[in-house]
Amino acid sequence: MALINPKKREVQVKIVYYGPGRGGKTTNLEYVNEKFRSRIHSEMVTVKTYDDRTLFFDFLPFDIGMVKGYTIKVQFYTVPGQVKYNATRKLVLRGVDGIVFVADSMTLRQDMNIQSLANLKENLAAFHKNIEEIPLVFQYNKRDLEKEGIPILPVDVLEKDLNAQLKAPSYTASAISGDNVVVTMKRIISMTVMSLREKLELEGSV
Amino acid sequence: MDFSFDFSKKQLEFIEDVLTEELLSIGVQLVVLIDLAGNVIVNLDNGRCHHDVYSLAALAAANFGAVSAMANIIGEEEFSLLFHKGETDSIHFSKIGDNMLLLTIFGKDVSLGFLRLKDHEVNERIQSLLEK
Ligand SMILES: Nc1nc2c(ncn2[C@@H]2O[C@H](COP(=O)(O)OP(=O)(O)OP(=O)(O)O)[C@@H](O)[C@H]2O)c(=O)[nH]1
Ligand SMILES: [Mg+2]
Repeated sequence: MALINPKKREVQVKIVYYGPGRGGKTTNLEYVNEKFRSRIHSEMVTVKTYDDRTLFFDFLPFDIGMVKGYTIKVQFYTVPGQVKYNATRKLVLRGVDGIVFVADSMTLRQDMNIQSLANLKENLAAFHKNIEEIPLVFQYNKRDLEKEGIPILPVDVLEKDLNAQLKAPSYTASAISGDNVVVTMKRIISMTVMSLREKLELEGSV
Repeated sequence: MDFSFDFSKKQLEFIEDVLTEELLSIGVQLVVLIDLAGNVIVNLDNGRCHHDVYSLAALAAANFGAVSAMANIIGEEEFSLLFHKGETDSIHFSKIGDNMLLLTIFGKDVSLGFLRLKDHEVNERIQSLLEK
């Protein structure tokens, strides 16, 4: 749950990038960090292995200004996507307010996307959260590979595999070139903040 | 388990007073009360310390979570003392209630024993506030 501080009139919101290993979660945050450098007041924190795989998480704080008189501090996290890191992945999900699921469009990764989404549902359930009730955006990443001649999944296959029931907003993207990275980010922020509005209105009246 | 906190302005002021009286007064440089999701509930410093509190909170919550998971694997409930000692400054963590952590950063002039005693006081005072 977002933490509301009525004294500082500040809200901390936690948005987590989830998805299979090597799908491009860290690359998404790196792009945002680069693009909005002037608005981010601290360094991106990464806990990673020697070969640049996320070991625990990446962390990027991002101030988006005021909503209903509160300063909103968005805190972006990525999880480690590799299957073996589930214990730490679960820790990062604690207190999550919104999720971006970064799927890998490569045909080879079809099953990994499906497994990762199932793992997300399971881990949320451990915190008594239901994936259908949490703000969620899908990102079908690595679309640029198509022009390299690498087989990628058509969008309708990805939609059918992952989003048939959830019907969450989805975007194709290329995190490495930044294509649709900011669009994805803005969408999850606005959905997450909308879901908090009601709560802020109540607080505001006290 | 997931959880959420809703502190009123009054409660936050009370917590700030407690942290100032018990910890800043003995020479602690920085004190941060966080939840286990890595959110900052209260942070106070001695005015001469400019660390990135939000990053510290994210890392501290993760660190504590990882150590607790290790404790579970070897059949311990949790490790009560978490302390990282540096050349000049050190970090101490203690659990407050079930879902909060108190992070203190202090130099050589503060003794660990005394700090732990003070942390204990803080824990009791905050707990009794929350029970009200
Ligand atoms: N071609 C292409 N490569 C990408 C894209 N996004 C990420 N990559 C590459 O894919 C590899 C993995 O990207 P990361 O961002 O580290 O993936 P991750 O999801 O954080 O992986 P884990 O930390 O292991 O969970 C890197 O070599 C990236 O450069 C993309 O849109 N297109
Ligand atoms: Mg990563």
